[in-house]
Amino acid sequence: MNIVVCMKSVPSSETKVKINSDGVTIEQTDVVFEINPYDEYAIEEAIRAKEAHGGKVTILTLGAATATQNIRKALAMGADEALHLICENAELADSSTIAELLYSAIKEIEFDVIFCGKKAIDCDNHQLPNRLAQLLDIPAVTAISNLELTTESGSAKRNIEGGTELITVNLPALFSAEKGLNEPRYASLPGIMAAKKKPLEERQVSMSNEKLTILSLELPPPKPKGRIVGEGPEAAGELVRILREEAKVI
Amino acid sequence: MAQGVLIFAEQREGVLKPSSLEAATLGRELKKEIGGELSVAIIGANSSSLSSEFKQYGVDKVYLADSEELNQYDGERYTALLAEAVSKAQPSVLIIVASAMGKDIAPRAASSLGAGLATDCTGVKVIDGKIIITRPVYAGKALIKLRIDSELQILSIRPNVFPKKAEGDTDPEVIELQIGEKKNPVSEVQHVKSERPELTEASIIVSGGRGMGGPENFHLTEELADVLGAAVGASRAVVDAGWRPHTEQVGQTGKTVSPNLYIACGISGAIQHLAGMSSSKVIVAINKDADAPIFKVATYGIVGDLFEVVPKMIKEIKALNS
Ligand SMILES: Cc1cc2nc3c(=O)[nH]c(=O)nc-3n(C[C@H](O)[C@H](O)[C@H](O)COP(=O)(O)OP(=O)(O)OC[C@H]3O[C@@H](n4cnc5c(N)ncnc54)[C@H](O)[C@@H]3O)c2cc1C
Ligand SMILES: Nc1ncnc2c1ncn2[C@@H]1O[C@H](COP(=O)(O)O)[C@@H](O)[C@H]1O
Repeated sequence: MNIVVCMKSVPSSETKVKINSDGVTIEQTDVVFEINPYDEYAIEEAIRAKEAHGGKVTILTLGAATATQNIRKALAMGADEALHLICENAELADSSTIAELLYSAIKEIEFDVIFCGKKAIDCDNHQLPNRLAQLLDIPAVTAISNLELTTESGSAKRNIEGGTELITVNLPALFSAEKGLNEPRYASLPGIMAAKKKPLEERQVSMSNEKLTILSLELPPPKPKGRIVGEGPEAAGELVRILREEAKVI
Repeated sequence: MAQGVLIFAEQREGVLKPSSLEAATLGRELKKEIGGELSVAIIGANSSSLSSEFKQYGVDKVYLADSEELNQYDGERYTALLAEAVSKAQPSVLIIVASAMGKDIAPRAASSLGAGLATDCTGVKVIDGKIIITRPVYAGKALIKLRIDSELQILSIRPNVFPKKAEGDTDPEVIELQIGEKKNPVSEVQHVKSERPELTEASIIVSGGRGMGGPENFHLTEELADVLGAAVGASRAVVDAGWRPHTEQVGQTGKTVSPNLYIACGISGAIQHLAGMSSSKVIVAINKDADAPIFKVATYGIVGDLFEVVPKMIKEIKALNS
């Protein structure tokens, strides 16, 4: 079974955001880039599928040159090879453009399954997996919390409001991972050593034809200072009164 | 020339998702500025009666696909029907609610229609006839303003952010859509029976964190939720500890919520938790540590032991309700 995992490097969730003077990008010195947390579930699911059915796992990343270290991490977890489409300033780029670029690369790779994360936690777009599946003309099940995979098909569960949907699709297919799909493994020391020798191809790409224009990036307005109603249980009555009479929310 | 606004009305089992009326209200506002018609695409089994729910939202046309075959959401089929509604209505704006279904259908529709899409928007304005949207990025640590440059501009809106408002009374014309064949079977939809509202739809949420001390104490947040008619949420710490299910997690790797009232009990307010709830209108924090970061975003706070404060709140609210 040949598996492709689309993996994005994103600023760590701890990052303090500072906006550059250009007003459309964030300051990147001191920012630590990590594997998008949802993509870790995708990598883990891919490695499990390979362990069950044989084949290989290819990591596909579009992003800045600094993403290399995270690609090596994925290889250390157990992926076999990687393709890095190098492109700066792709963090907040339009998903339709990223999808086209990933599509051009994937259509030359033989695959049965593509795994993505449900969303990238920097741009929070939640778009790429379905766009990519549409371009490849293959079925997609997004935000899955469980997957039963055979060599012919995949049955995936996705959470919906107040329940779950169970969807079965024939391969080739794309699945995007929700938290809870699995528990991602840590890279072992031999894994880290082996990763250094695994094939990593790099290609320069450039972006064009974006359908979105970024006008500005701003810090959110500061929250008005809150009010400590009091200490201990004696304050509960006053809080309830405020919520009913002043805030009118209960 | 593309003109007007189309709304994707979300329903499951013949029940309209309430946020669809938030989308319709926004659509009615946008239509005033950009002109054209306001239309609604309604897709699903037993869905024809839903068009009447849009009567007070200024809707001119309803594009309807009502068939038993559409009793469960099927991304490919629903997208094809939505695309057909777009080709008939020729709108310049398509609005979808960023729910589980909306997050799935919006990028499918955008891709198949060759359109730009801005997801999970929290602000929408019209400038020179073009839609300018605002959406949070970097987990709400920044806000981005975007213009969608394709002829069809698609946006999905965060539920509970745009107010809904009934106004006037129209009698929309109904146009039937052609239903195509089924490709990928949805085998089953399993409902988790719950007496409580769904997290992303609730107007009040009571969340518990590690300060709850253990899974056996969550009856407290549940009781508080029940007297308020609220949903129950959790921090990642308690989900990862196995005290609460994944579906209750609020935050960067959980659900994004924006209720009218969010009550955080024993939650420190880590940046990743704030990512999921800081757009709530009123935030209440109950924490015994006066320096907990949650107090920085809280509208109201009580510094104290939740095991004393929460039971007292339950008592006070019960007294008010009776
Ligand atoms: C990539 C990534 C993604 C993440 N995603 C999420 C996410 O989606 N959601 C999320 O929540 N977290 C997320 N986290 C985890 C986050 O960083 C915190 O670890 C987590 O939110 C802490 O949960 P907590 O507030 O329940 O626990 P703690 O931080 O341990 O806080 C417990 C609080 O309870 C208070 N307390 C204790 N006893 C009492 C008492 N008796 N009465 C009153 N108060 C009491 C304490 O003062 C303390 O403030 C993520 C982390 C990473 C790295
Ligand atoms: N630049 C990228 N390179 C590789 N994969 C990506 C990239 N951007 C997004 N993806 C994949 O698409 C998923 C959803 O991202 P998004 O739609 O941007 O929120 C991510 O979890 C990745 O699996």
